[in-house]
Amino acid sequence: MNHSNHVVSSAITPESIADSSLVAPEAVAQYALGLGDDALVLAHRLGEWITNAPELEEDVALGNIGLDLLGHARSLLTYAGTAWDKSEDDLAYFRDEPEFRSHQLFEQANGDFAATIARQLIASVYFAALYRALSESADATLAAIAAKAVKEVDYHVDHSAQWLQRLGLGTEFSRERMQAGLDSMWPFVDELFREDRFVAGLDGIAVDPQTLRPVFDAAVPRLIVEAGLEVPTVAAARGGGRSGIHAEAFGPMLAELQVLARAHPGASW
Amino acid sequence: MTSPGDSGGRETWPLWEVFIRSSRGLSHVHAGSLHASDETMAVRNARDLYTRRAEGVSIWVVRASDITSSDPDAKGEFFESPQGKEYRHATYYTESEQVPHL
Repeated sequence: MNHSNHVVSSAITPESIADSSLVAPEAVAQYALGLGDDALVLAHRLGEWITNAPELEEDVALGNIGLDLLGHARSLLTYAGTAWDKSEDDLAYFRDEPEFRSHQLFEQANGDFAATIARQLIASVYFAALYRALSESADATLAAIAAKAVKEVDYHVDHSAQWLQRLGLGTEFSRERMQAGLDSMWPFVDELFREDRFVAGLDGIAVDPQTLRPVFDAAVPRLIVEAGLEVPTVAAARGGGRSGIHAEAFGPMLAELQVLARAHPGASW
Repeated sequence: MTSPGDSGGRETWPLWEVFIRSSRGLSHVHAGSLHASDETMAVRNARDLYTRRAEGVSIWVVRASDITSSDPDAKGEFFESPQGKEYRHATYYTESEQVPHL
């Protein structure tokens, strides 16, 4: 039986990748690991909203977005792990902080609801541009993961844009909070679109993040202005997430993510 | 007359009734209710709450306060009067042998 064909279907799952005989080339695995970490970290942050959102309905909305991202993380980490004979759980639960490659935007603490919406808008537009380009990848597994993710992240963009508009054009108080949320997350925009050493040598397979910046610049500032808000002019943060440099808030978040798996290795239910 | 879901203004967001059409050719069917700030967000919340498992191809939302319902205390005069009026059903009538194509 040819296992390599069925994972290329539109409904790729982590299980189908794990069950296949696929082995990601080393450079592709290194690249997929960074993308998987981005999705995993943001998924966890969104999960922290469960029971804390302004309304039950928003709990579900943020939880849904988080679960979509967790799905992307699972597929990407599973695929990366095929290069090193590691499972998605090995990679998610048994790496330490400096081994995580996620951009610093995703680990930023939730802040208030407006800050979370600001982070999600930036992240979702980035993911939409990335996955749209990656769905054309010469690596069939990356292309299939990206093609499945595009439809999901397009909805995430809409969710954030709707809230940006409501908070920006709502009351004076909501406008102030939304502007503060944008200002607090904006320093981490630049890192998303910088040169990425894990992309080098993967022409036609990986997406050069520098090529995604025009998509972001064409979409996000316009949405911000339409919501009666100002595009922040704050300086960019130093970055370094892809090299394992993370903000202070990352450690406690990772500890919560990993504690159960580390206290009870191999536990399942 | 009462409106469904009227809780005396304790909620911060209005209540919406959600109708989902499960596939082309079928009718929208009441799926449940939810809170949302406005109709646009109500459709999105409905998508998240009621179509996560591919239950639908179309969503309608209606502000619950815009629905006028029958009075639950008027059950007798509204719904029990047809009792004993079996002649309102086609099955009450016997088929005439001489009439074709029935």
